[in-house]
Amino acid sequence: MSLDLFGVTISLRHGAALFPPLTLSVAPGEVATVMGPSGIGKSTLLDALGGHLPRRFEMAGQVLLDGRDVTALPAEARRIGMLFQDAVLFPHLSVGDNLAFGLSQTVRGRAARLARVEAALDQAGLAGMAGRDPATLSGGQRARAALMRTLLSDPLALLLDEPFSKLDAGLKEDVRRFTFAHIRDRGIPALMVTHDPEDAQAAAGPVIQMAGP
Amino acid sequence: MGAALHQVTATGPDGRWLRGAVLATVLAGFVAPIAAGLWQTGRAAFGILPAIGASAPSLDAWQGLLAVPGLATAVRHSLVTGLGATILSLAIALGFSAIIHARMSARKSARALAPFLAVPHAAMAIGLAFLLSPSGWVARLLAPFAGWEAPPDIASVNDALGLSLTLGLVVKELPFLLLVILTALTQIPVARQMAAGRALGYGHGIVWAKVILPQVWPLIRLPVLVVLAYSLSVVDMAMILGPSNPPTLAVLLTRLFFAPDIQMLLPASAGAILQLGLVVLAFAGLLLAEAIARYTGRWWLRRGGRGLSWEPILASMTALALALAAIGALAILTLAFWSVAWRWPWPLLLPESWSAQAWISAGGGFGRALKATLVLAFATTALSLVLAIAWLEGEDRYDGKRAGWAEALIYLPLLVPQIAFLFGLNLLFLKAGFNGGIALAIWAQVLFVFPYVMITLSDPWRAMDPRLDHAAAALGAGPWRRLFRIKLPVLLAPVATAAAVGIAVSVAQYLPTLFMGAGRIATLTTEAVTLSSASDRRITAVYASLQAALPFLAYTLAIAVPAYIHRHRRDLRGGA
Repeated sequence: MSLDLFGVTISLRHGAALFPPLTLSVAPGEVATVMGPSGIGKSTLLDALGGHLPRRFEMAGQVLLDGRDVTALPAEARRIGMLFQDAVLFPHLSVGDNLAFGLSQTVRGRAARLARVEAALDQAGLAGMAGRDPATLSGGQRARAALMRTLLSDPLALLLDEPFSKLDAGLKEDVRRFTFAHIRDRGIPALMVTHDPEDAQAAAGPVIQMAGP
Repeated sequence: MGAALHQVTATGPDGRWLRGAVLATVLAGFVAPIAAGLWQTGRAAFGILPAIGASAPSLDAWQGLLAVPGLATAVRHSLVTGLGATILSLAIALGFSAIIHARMSARKSARALAPFLAVPHAAMAIGLAFLLSPSGWVARLLAPFAGWEAPPDIASVNDALGLSLTLGLVVKELPFLLLVILTALTQIPVARQMAAGRALGYGHGIVWAKVILPQVWPLIRLPVLVVLAYSLSVVDMAMILGPSNPPTLAVLLTRLFFAPDIQMLLPASAGAILQLGLVVLAFAGLLLAEAIARYTGRWWLRRGGRGLSWEPILASMTALALALAAIGALAILTLAFWSVAWRWPWPLLLPESWSAQAWISAGGGFGRALKATLVLAFATTALSLVLAIAWLEGEDRYDGKRAGWAEALIYLPLLVPQIAFLFGLNLLFLKAGFNGGIALAIWAQVLFVFPYVMITLSDPWRAMDPRLDHAAAALGAGPWRRLFRIKLPVLLAPVATAAAVGIAVSVAQYLPTLFMGAGRIATLTTEAVTLSSASDRRITAVYASLQAALPFLAYTLAIAVPAYIHRHRRDLRGGA
């Protein structure tokens, strides 16, 4: 399982490229870090990889997941998970239902699905919180719930968009360790965008410095 | 690598199909019929109406129109009340918004405006007629001071100057314009610009006029045109409050259309084209005024005048707005009192004895009208909501901004005077062999319900965090699952509000029901308008109260139901 980018670049429609073509291979369980000045298009790159590129942009190059070209697939068919700055839990669903929404449909049967959700909550230190309103969770709890929701969907790769930047200093390290440990355990290739050099250090993977074209 | 150039967007064939279907529905269902209706009316205006044996082009219809007694006065009534009401409500709304915006959140003020928006025009008009009539509350309040022993002999309603009609229009249009302006203001950093302007020595009112309003205008231009077109061509309110002989042009035309002599259809069609001309002319006048204001405004701005000279204007607009709100509230209250009054002799402020007799004796009749009203309201609202959601979802999947022409398409049915195309449309349907079914009335109402539903839903729909959609897609959920499991539940409150608006607009419809139902579909509104001219005040009050109560109930449910469903979801309790 690996995530490979070949000559990926993004430009404004009929306009200039935001950054020079990017070629990169992320191994299973590895967290590659993309750094660079604001406005260079780091978040836009993640949008493109995830399948959410706004129409005013276009992407050139190829994205392979396990050797499968996902470039032309819609977001939901790519099996690329995404973690955002502030968790983005669905506000109308309970914490448990947020996880159940993510849980892959290959897990069948009410009891089996419920058990998987409970187990995931347990792993995240959220045991007994299935019925809670996500708005009542702390920042760290929300981040862990979002990670569990994504992992339950059996992603083949993971994109992290400044996932720890809104957490307090103390919490940040906890959540970071928790997230990277899970990525390594599951052997998922991950690409992280961040401004924080400590994130890159903790990720201990390749670091790509982006600069203008 | 040239071959590997891919477009990575969420637009599948699905998004294209959805957008195509919505556009086709709007073109075939709205634009084509309006155009065809105008064409038919236009042909009849120039002598071609085979249905009554007229087949040679001629100007007879126009000569017939000119021969209608009181035509010139009718046109003058329409212009005076329509233009007067638009200018007054716009001026008051622009001034009052400066005060209310600083003191109330957009959400709170929208809630406060809701009851005024909910009341149908006809119910408000009947309430005002009761309130202002020589035997109404206002006269009774004044009686001890004026020394009136009996109801004074003053034409305070249906006055020849059209003052009561103008008042009625302003009471109804002011809340709409206020809502539109307050919504527009949320897109402008008012507080910061106000601080910057005041730091330069400009008073609050001057900053409002010189800095804020010029930015608001482009955002409210279309709604102002809607108010202008509506005020110039309104029928139900003008029948109840307007001058009676001659009435306004639109009322005169309605009388001609439904006259027993079918030869009157020709001059009526010519009149409908004249009505359309008046509206187009008024639009041109407004745009010209805008151009002049832009030019002189710059000159005024560059002079750099400061000071507090605008504060009294804002204060007086606020006083007017509050007075109008009080009048509107009293008008609705007076309906409720009359519907349960038994003996209410002059000059008592409250009835001497009470009775449910009007409700009981009207029961047989209003049961049927209530049923027809509810069927129409639910059907039109459901259809409009489905179409609006399909449109917005199509925009999401396309991920593009709405083009100017698409926005104009939504407003189109509200900008063309109803009477100008409804008659031609009626002719077309008669020729095609449909007549007067409930389905036609439903469709004709959707023409006017859909734009309001769409306008209400668009802003909150676009304000939703797109990452919710992205997060769901990243978890493997396809577009339909995202729509039904994530977007619609998250947007439950705005969708419910849009539904309430739809029900309010449908309940208030008069002309479309009258024309498309061929006079045979009786709703609370058509009955209330008919009753208002003659019969028992108590029975009229029952119909008008019910007519006002339905939209009010819809708005209440639209607030209560989402609040209950999301009672344990903190992040959704704020939104509406």
